[in-house]
Amino acid sequence: MSTTIMTSDNPLLRESIAMPVPHVAALAVQKAYRKGEHSVPVLHGVDISVRKAEFLSIIGQSGSGKSTLMHLIGLLDTPDVGEVQLEGQRIDDLPVRTRDELRNRVFGFVFQFYHLLPELSLMENVLTPLMIRHSIWNYWTRRREFQDRAKAMIDRVGLGHRLTHKPSELSGGEMQRAAIARALVAQPEILLADEPTGNLDAKTGREIIDLMARLNEREQLTIIMVTHDKSIAAEAHRTVRLCEGRIETLTDAA
Amino acid sequence: MYKMLLCQRYLRTRYIALASIISVTLGVATMIVVNSVMAGFGSEMRARIQGILSDIIVETRSMNGEFDPEGHMQRIRELVGKYISGVTATVEVHAILSYKSLGDYVPHPVNLVAIVPESKAEVGPLIDYLQSYHSQIENGREVPAERSRTEPLGWELTPAAMARRQEKAEYYRQTEKLRHQMRAQREKEEGNSSDPFAETSGEDGAAAESDEAPGQLQKGRLYVGVGLATYLSVDPETKESKTYNMIRPGDDVRITTYSAGTPAPKYFVATVVDTFKTGMSEYDSNLVYCNLEQLQEVRGMIRHNEDGTETRAFTSLQIKLKDYKDAPKVIEILRANFSAENFNVNTWEQRQGPLLAAVDVESSILNILLFLIITVAGFGILAIFFMIVVEKTRDIGILKALGASSSGVMSIFLTYGLLLGMVGAGAGVGVGLLFVYYINQIEKFITFATGREVFPEKIYYFKDIPTHVDPFTVCWVAFGAVMIAVLASVLPARRAAHLRPVQALRYE
Ligand SMILES: Nc1ncnc2c1ncn2[C@@H]1O[C@H](COP(=O)(O)OP(=O)(O)OP(=O)(O)O)[C@@H](O)[C@H]1O
Ligand SMILES: [Mg+2]
Repeated sequence: MSTTIMTSDNPLLRESIAMPVPHVAALAVQKAYRKGEHSVPVLHGVDISVRKAEFLSIIGQSGSGKSTLMHLIGLLDTPDVGEVQLEGQRIDDLPVRTRDELRNRVFGFVFQFYHLLPELSLMENVLTPLMIRHSIWNYWTRRREFQDRAKAMIDRVGLGHRLTHKPSELSGGEMQRAAIARALVAQPEILLADEPTGNLDAKTGREIIDLMARLNEREQLTIIMVTHDKSIAAEAHRTVRLCEGRIETLTDAA
Repeated sequence: MYKMLLCQRYLRTRYIALASIISVTLGVATMIVVNSVMAGFGSEMRARIQGILSDIIVETRSMNGEFDPEGHMQRIRELVGKYISGVTATVEVHAILSYKSLGDYVPHPVNLVAIVPESKAEVGPLIDYLQSYHSQIENGREVPAERSRTEPLGWELTPAAMARRQEKAEYYRQTEKLRHQMRAQREKEEGNSSDPFAETSGEDGAAAESDEAPGQLQKGRLYVGVGLATYLSVDPETKESKTYNMIRPGDDVRITTYSAGTPAPKYFVATVVDTFKTGMSEYDSNLVYCNLEQLQEVRGMIRHNEDGTETRAFTSLQIKLKDYKDAPKVIEILRANFSAENFNVNTWEQRQGPLLAAVDVESSILNILLFLIITVAGFGILAIFFMIVVEKTRDIGILKALGASSSGVMSIFLTYGLLLGMVGAGAGVGVGLLFVYYINQIEKFITFATGREVFPEKIYYFKDIPTHVDPFTVCWVAFGAVMIAVLASVLPARRAAHLRPVQALRYE
């Protein structure tokens, strides 16, 4: 394909030849939502790239398009212009099945609104990515291992006593932690966390951030996190601000 | 895996969907009940027709018949002896049976079949139908069978009927004597010697005939169908049906038929020996059996040979096969050997073709209509599934965001439909089979609850509702219902599969 030709024209990529190839990158992505005849532009050419094992936080006003950007990177939506790359390869135009596969194996997504499945218990919710990844037979034969893994992850987010509860029986913060456990249990390479501490008190929020930082350090997990909380954003290696559809400031923390 | 889990959870938490399969259940149950009852009636009817007609019938084309039944029967035994277990010769003609009621003759057109009981018993279960061999319910009381089933079929009266006949004869003799005396007295008083009534009374019905030799049976002997012998009337006030016996064993009736050759009216008086009940109103109200020699004699079907012997004629040969599956072979052999000019060779099914075909057509039309009910249930499933898909849009988005493929999402809803269909069809099969199993109890309960007899024995001739469960039909109906449920879920499932993750997630 023409990726090589395009990348050679791209200043960001030319730069990255010297640097190690970014783990995941959004290149000049634009996104507008159509509302009848009107087109509501949200992102006007956002460039963002994250190295392997980097912890990036994105801040920005409400409505600035942070969630939209996360969706584009996580292949939940396609950009109007620009491309999304994983290890230098364009991924936003891959066949549907491959993108499904990538979402399941490479990305872990924590939604701003948790998005747990209401019919399933906490344990089952956390197991869902594994169930999706493995065939029935495979899953059945390895279910002990998976359950132990899920249980360990739930313990780590501090919900070990809520295993059989339905989402409707959990508090907002508990649901958020369940969503984080679900994103992490499948051992993704990249965690996309949309306000993972939005509903948590300072102490629990801190614990979650610590957990993420630990995983980032020990297991080389690449993290992109959206947050409103300055002190939490400060935990990241790097912080960018999204303002009026553009990446505005680049602050290297620490 | 998540597919199964979600299906199971949706099944457990969506009672509305369960409501939609109640219609599947009811449709399946109705189809099973209706098919079983129709098959029950059908197979009973076929059994009875076959029992009366025998398996294969060789008919002469001419009503005069053919001579030498023994010779023909011998020929059949030589040709297809290894397939057959019995053969009998009969004469079948139209006739009028007249019995005396309140001093008047009541005529009935009948099919008269002249038989030899011994060999007729070999080709059909006539004993099963004759009432003197079975216990009867009379005015709510059970009357034990008058003959044991080991007694061979014959033309003799039972002792009870004989006693009744003699009593009646005695009564007529007494009244006749009394009349005689009175007439004699009147003659003496008036000196009138010519009395026109005196001559006619001589041959007037049973009274006069039994007068000659009290209690002795006529030469003609009959088995009469219950539909002819009894008369059912419903009391308009009490709504109770009551049976009147018009002809009872031991009574004499008059049979009018026509002679062979140039048809000329012929009649004979015959004693009714027994009544029979096949359960087919067609036979029970039209068929009369009589003794073969008598009819051959009356119709002039006897040829006197020069050497003093006589040869009799027959109009059909009834053949019973050891295994009915051999029928086509036997038919082929017989058709090849009995000239089509003189003989008609048919199985009982070919003889009754139009009736059986009508029953088949009726049942397939009914099946189509009933299947439409299940299709309606399918549309119910379709509507409810669309609702569920809309309701679950966000969940579908989550699953896709977690990496579920379109086909995976689609299969959730297809499996859901399949499960609903299976639950519905399974419950329907269960309910249907239970209903069929307890149909007579249910019938009694409904009769008791509504005070109206749902299944009067007198109309349908069966004591119990006959049912026959055909496993093939049950499987087919259940499979059809499941298929409809799956088909109904295809559209909603496709819709669910084509949702884009973000589109679905934005549904807040
Ligand atoms: N489906 C849509 N149709 C039309 N406009 C949309 C749609 N989704 C998002 N938008 C608009 O795009 C803009 C960005 O939305 P987005 O959810 O990305 O904001 P955000 O930065 O995540 O805000 P918050 O901090 O409140 O979560 C908003 O102004 C929103 O109104
Ligand atoms: Mg947002």
